[in-house]
Parts: sequence; C-alpha cells; structure tokens
Amino acid sequence: MEVLMSFFANIDWSEIWLATGDTMTMLFGSLFFTVLLGLPLGVLLFLCSPRQLFEQKGLYALLSLSVNILRSLPFIILLIVMIPFTVLITGTSLGVAGAIPPLVVGATPFFARLVETALREVDRGIIEATQSMGASTRQIITHALLPEARPGIFAAITVTAITLVSYTAMAGVVGAGGLGDLAIRFGYQRFQTDVMVVTVVLLLILVQILQTVGDKLVVHFSRK
Amino acid sequence: MIEFHNVHKTYRVAGKEIPALHPTNLRVENGQVFGLIGHSGAGKSTLLRLINRLEQPSGGQINVDGEEVTALDANGLRRFRQQVGMIFQHFNLLASKTVADNVALPLTLAGELSRKAIDQRVAELLARVGLSDHAKKYPAQLSGGQKQRVGIARALATKPKILLCDEATSALDPQTTASVLQLLAEINRELKLTIVLITHEMDVIRRVCDQVAVMDAGVIVEQGSVADVFLHPKHPTTKRFVQEADQVDESEQRDDFAHVPGRIVRLTFQGEATYAPLLGNIARETGVDYSILAGRIDRIKDIPYGQLTLAITGGDMEAAFARFTAADVHMEVLR
Repeated sequence: MEVLMSFFANIDWSEIWLATGDTMTMLFGSLFFTVLLGLPLGVLLFLCSPRQLFEQKGLYALLSLSVNILRSLPFIILLIVMIPFTVLITGTSLGVAGAIPPLVVGATPFFARLVETALREVDRGIIEATQSMGASTRQIITHALLPEARPGIFAAITVTAITLVSYTAMAGVVGAGGLGDLAIRFGYQRFQTDVMVVTVVLLLILVQILQTVGDKLVVHFSRK
Repeated sequence: MIEFHNVHKTYRVAGKEIPALHPTNLRVENGQVFGLIGHSGAGKSTLLRLINRLEQPSGGQINVDGEEVTALDANGLRRFRQQVGMIFQHFNLLASKTVADNVALPLTLAGELSRKAIDQRVAELLARVGLSDHAKKYPAQLSGGQKQRVGIARALATKPKILLCDEATSALDPQTTASVLQLLAEINRELKLTIVLITHEMDVIRRVCDQVAVMDAGVIVEQGSVADVFLHPKHPTTKRFVQEADQVDESEQRDDFAHVPGRIVRLTFQGEATYAPLLGNIARETGVDYSILAGRIDRIKDIPYGQLTLAITGGDMEAAFARFTAADVHMEVLR
C-alpha cells in the first residue's frame, strides 16, 4: 500500500476530478451539438444521394465534397484553423467553451456520414410501403426511416462519442483543459508518469462505459 | 374500375431507353380479383406500380373510378394512395414497430382519426386476420404467414377500395400460401374490394382470380376469364404456365400415347357437366370403348372443372363426338 501510494505521490486528485469534469462537459456538450447538426445533415445526404427520394446530383456532390474535406483535415490542424471562428462564436479559444466549436466541426461530418450509411441500410421496400400509404416525404423520414434506422443511429452516436473522447484529449494542446491537457502538461512535459497512468486509465474507463451503454441501446432498439 | 389507356413505361439505363411496358390498354371491373401472371422481367411489377404511381408512366392515361390518376398533383396522389392498399412479397413491415403500430401506421399518417378510434380500428383489423393475440409482438417474432396477415391488415386499415398484391405469396410455403389466398378471397367477397395481384404461379391465379392477363416482355399477350385462359390457352407463354401448373409435358405425353390404339381426344368439362355421368352414358349409347390416359378434376376459384385425355376405340365414334359437343363439353381431337 505504501509503495502504491508513493507511486501516486505527484497526483493532485482535485485537479484530476476537475479535469475529468471538463472532459465530460466537452464530450457531452460537443456530442449534443454534433447530433443536433449531424443528424439533419446525414438525412439530407441520404435523401439527395443517387436513386433516393430527393435525388439531387449537384447538391449531393457539394455536400459530399464539403464533408470529405472536413474529414480529411487532421483534427489537430482543424483546432488551430478554427481559432478565429471559435473566438467569434464563444468569445474565447481557451477552456471548455473554446474547445466545443472545433470538436463539433470535427465530429459532425463524420457523424453525418455514419447516419447516411445507417439510413441506407433501411430496406427500400419499407420506403415503398410507406409511400404506398400516401405518406409525404417528411412523414417517410419521421415515421419510417428514422425509427427503422434507430439501432444504426445509436451505433453511430456511440462511435462518434468515442472519437470525441480522443478529440477532447487533443484539444488539450490548444489549452482546452480536461484529462488530455493534464496528461500533456504533467505526464508528458514534466515526466510525471503517475499522472499519465491515471489519466489514461480514466479515459479507458470512460470509453468502456460509452461503448457498453451504446451497445445496450443498439440491442434494445434492434427488435430482432 | 381501373382503366389503362395506352399506358407505357420506359426506363433510361445508362443513356439507353429500355421499355418495361409497351402501350397497354386494360380494364379491371370493381369487385374483381384480377391476376397478372408473367415471368420475372415481364413487366407485371411495373404495371402494378403504375396503378398507385409508385412508378411514373412515360405516357398514357390511368383512370380509377373516373378519376384521372395520371393527372393528380402530390397532394391528390397522397389522398388517392390512401384508398389503395398494397401488400408485398417481403411484407415490408417496420421492424421497429409492434404489430399493432404497423397496422396503425396508415391511419396515423392520414391523421384523420383520434388515437382511440385508431386503436379500435386496429383491434378490428387484427381480429379480421386472426392475429389479436400478437398485437404487442414485433414482426421478427412472427412467421412468414403471420407477417403477411399483418401486411394485409395494414393494407386494409384505411378502408381502401383497391388492394394491390405484389407477389404476396411467393415467399411463403404452399400451406401458408393457401391460407393467405383464402383470406384474400374472403376479403374480396365480404368487403367488395377490387384486388389486382401479380404472380408467377398459375396455381395462385386458379385459386382466387376471376380475370387473368398473361404478360410477356412488357406486353399483355392473353387476357380473359381464368377458366377460359386456363383451360384453353392460346399464346405459347400461357401454354407454358398451364403446363407448369399441371406438371405435364405435352411432347413427352405424345410419345407415351404413341402405342395406344384408336383416336385420342381431350375433353374439358366445366361447372355442372363435371359431375354428370356423361362418359358411361355416351359409351353405352354409341358402343365406343374408352380408356382414360390422363386426367384432372379440380376447381378454378369456385367453378369445378375436369380435363380428361381419352383413347376411343370401336363403335360409332362420330356419334360419340357429336354427343360430347352437344353436352357442352369442349372437345379437342389430338390424334
């Protein structure tokens, strides 16, 4: 026990809890806005894609290209490029508030693509059956497509949340706070291995919880 | 009444025009069960989907009860579709909704009934198709036959006047097929619903249809009452379907009968004639002898029929032939 405690001698636990709280705020704050923006974008991508309800070759090509550009940008670069824009929205590029805009911009295109794929998995026959009942396009989306794609969408949210956990760690580089910031400042720059170990373990637990809860939701809504 | 006036449909695939349905005229009377039979790619699925405009026609006019379906705008089309139920080969039920919610969906979409009225109507419909105990289940928990019953209940929810059946029994085993067809026949009788169904099985046509149209390569090649088309097929495609249903190979049969002496005739009885002791009477009176080479006694929907291939020897053959013809029996001399 003595040995174990001496290994963690450097650790300021209140600092750790504060950082964990920051990570959680960044994660769920950015996840909320990512879903809010990414879900409609994913639906739009799906509807405009070839052979779908609102086939729009030009619009699809434009959306698809924008999504691809944002997705091919390394997140660390996006963080820096976004700074003026972030200041414009939140008034600061630092702390939790400064991290959320780049996190949302980084994750939304990724999430939208996953939603598009989930919608594509819905059997065309379901859309046809709903059309044959006299449903409007809006009704097809709300009453058939989204409920049928729900397991896929929950899986997409899970994957996106986990991606956001690693993005929040990276956001530490530009002074966002959180566990990643702690790991970089103390664990890496000051060679405090114990801090590094604790933050990594906490991140691992967080990812594990997210995956478990996500899987449970997917199974619950699968009805198969 | 469903009327097609010169309706045609062409798909554009990779810059090339591919005709799916050549200009077609068609008339389906109210209350009829109208069957469309054809091999895959014959255009029957396209024709069916033109009725509720899941496919847009390339030209021509479609009228249903005097209303020009081809001229409807988006809103009009949605209202029209609520009066046309549709069931599918793979059922197309929503896996995320319970049986009751699947049946309620068309009513929820129409938005005309209160929640309470919808629940009541759903209970009625589920009782009608014999699935009251399964209301809370999800489609994945049902058998194929039960899924199609849910599909039928869902299609009937808005009290449509037309029911379109897209290969509704093709994914089911023979016994389940029979029970689903029986349900369709009941619905047709009790609700005076017009049914248009497509299939590649002559047996489905024989069991439930009044009228049949045979399709081949985007054209209706033969059309008429099921008894006429089934018992006296003219077009090669129709003949093939009938032979498939009877599991008879005509050329093989001809070889088998080669050594049989006498004349060979095929007699077709319909309705009451099927049960009359005709053969014995005529044989006694004209002194001919007969042996039955092949035969089938069955029914087409509600009409009993018999088709017998006989070898006839001795006696007054001409008189016997004349008696057959006089007795309202269709006779073909095969040899």
